[in-house]
Amino acid sequence: MRGNIPSYALVSPGKLGEALSLLASEPGVWQPFAGGTDLMVLLESGKLSHKNYLNIWNLGELRGITATTDHLTLGALTTYTEVQSNPILREEFPMLCQAASETGGLAIQNRGTLGGNIANASPAADSPPALLAYNAELELLSVRGSRWVPYQTFHTGYKKMIMEPDELLARVRLPRLWPDLHHYYRKVGTRKAQAISKVCLAATARVYEGTVDKVRIAFGSIAPIPLRCIKTEDTLRGARLDAGIIEKAKAELAREIVPIDDIRSTKNYRLRVSLNLLEDFLYRLSRAEVVS
Amino acid sequence: MPATDSRKPIQCTVNGSSETLLAYPMERLLDVLREQLHLTGTKEGCGEGECGACTVLVDGRIVNSCLVPVAQLEGSSIKTIEGVASGEQLHAVQQAFIDCGGAQCGICTPGMVMAAVDLLERNPNPTEADIRNGLAGNLCRCTGYMKIFDSVFRACQKQAIEPRRDSSQPGTRKSK
Repeated sequence: MRGNIPSYALVSPGKLGEALSLLASEPGVWQPFAGGTDLMVLLESGKLSHKNYLNIWNLGELRGITATTDHLTLGALTTYTEVQSNPILREEFPMLCQAASETGGLAIQNRGTLGGNIANASPAADSPPALLAYNAELELLSVRGSRWVPYQTFHTGYKKMIMEPDELLARVRLPRLWPDLHHYYRKVGTRKAQAISKVCLAATARVYEGTVDKVRIAFGSIAPIPLRCIKTEDTLRGARLDAGIIEKAKAELAREIVPIDDIRSTKNYRLRVSLNLLEDFLYRLSRAEVVS
Repeated sequence: MPATDSRKPIQCTVNGSSETLLAYPMERLLDVLREQLHLTGTKEGCGEGECGACTVLVDGRIVNSCLVPVAQLEGSSIKTIEGVASGEQLHAVQQAFIDCGGAQCGICTPGMVMAAVDLLERNPNPTEADIRNGLAGNLCRCTGYMKIFDSVFRACQKQAIEPRRDSSQPGTRKSK
């Protein structure tokens, strides 16, 4: 049953500074509310337990995509539609664009934001594996100042993050990459559109002088948090890519991930598909077929 | 519940008319459209952003009106299914849905029409893949998808007798 609408507060500060002041003056009382594509679903099913929200949707300071020689920086309110239409993202970060195109339908993509997807902290979210594989960094902003943290350290447990109650996720920064890198993103869900993933893999690598280099492997939906699979990467790094090393990497991955049974899939299915996706990525890489 | 009424005025434009909505900030756009403005063309299907029956345009972009709280609409321009026709003149998409039998039970139809109108504004010559992608967020419980796709083709290619199809697309119609 729907939550009692009059019992919820949703205040709309006009400026970013006002929003940060409110977060600082009453820590833990106010939670940011961006595109609403997750929170409104909870509201409808009566599961939105927190009552006081800070509407950040209209804060222009949290929008826009800027590029420097070394980085691409996206405001936390960048929508999935905006991600897909940015020419630099399409060229250099194709996995993020693909993740955006496979998140819900267009109506969701027009409203859902990158920052919201990160801070909602669902292990099944579509953009986090790509952000992990691209070594994203996050800017956490408060009245105390700004700090940048590696995205890889952001999630500490199921729905737990290193963000303090007075902090707001303001920007996402992507280090620009080697042009010869191969990108592989694949989301496996119940149907092609709209479905939430059962397993999702984002991976990059290149074969340099015969061996695997710049390898980054990140999975969604197979652990309490979006997971960068460092041990599997270590197995592959510097190795000559053949059938033996692919089997070795799969064995390492099977030890590294912790899939569970839940409403969307089973532990066995997730494990099997994760190994298949890794194998598919590596075989394509060995044939230099991984294309965005 | 707060002791006092926390409803606030929200100024926005709905189908070209300036409106002041008095609503709780977390009220869904869908409910305000239907219950306050009596624009009942917009339907509620799932209430969780899965089915697209409640699709409307906000500032020229389709949204699920069940997922938008009114507090985010200050100064916005909203278009619903009631604002698609020009007086008695139906929009080409609406006429095509009638001509091609694109509506069965009708629950998904307003949302489908809104998504199709938006698609054709951004891409006047869509391929079948473009149409499937553009309407991917709209579910038809009668499963009458092929006639819906036909309707969108008809709307953008009125002259075409047999609509263009991508041969690469799996699941294109063989029999109905």
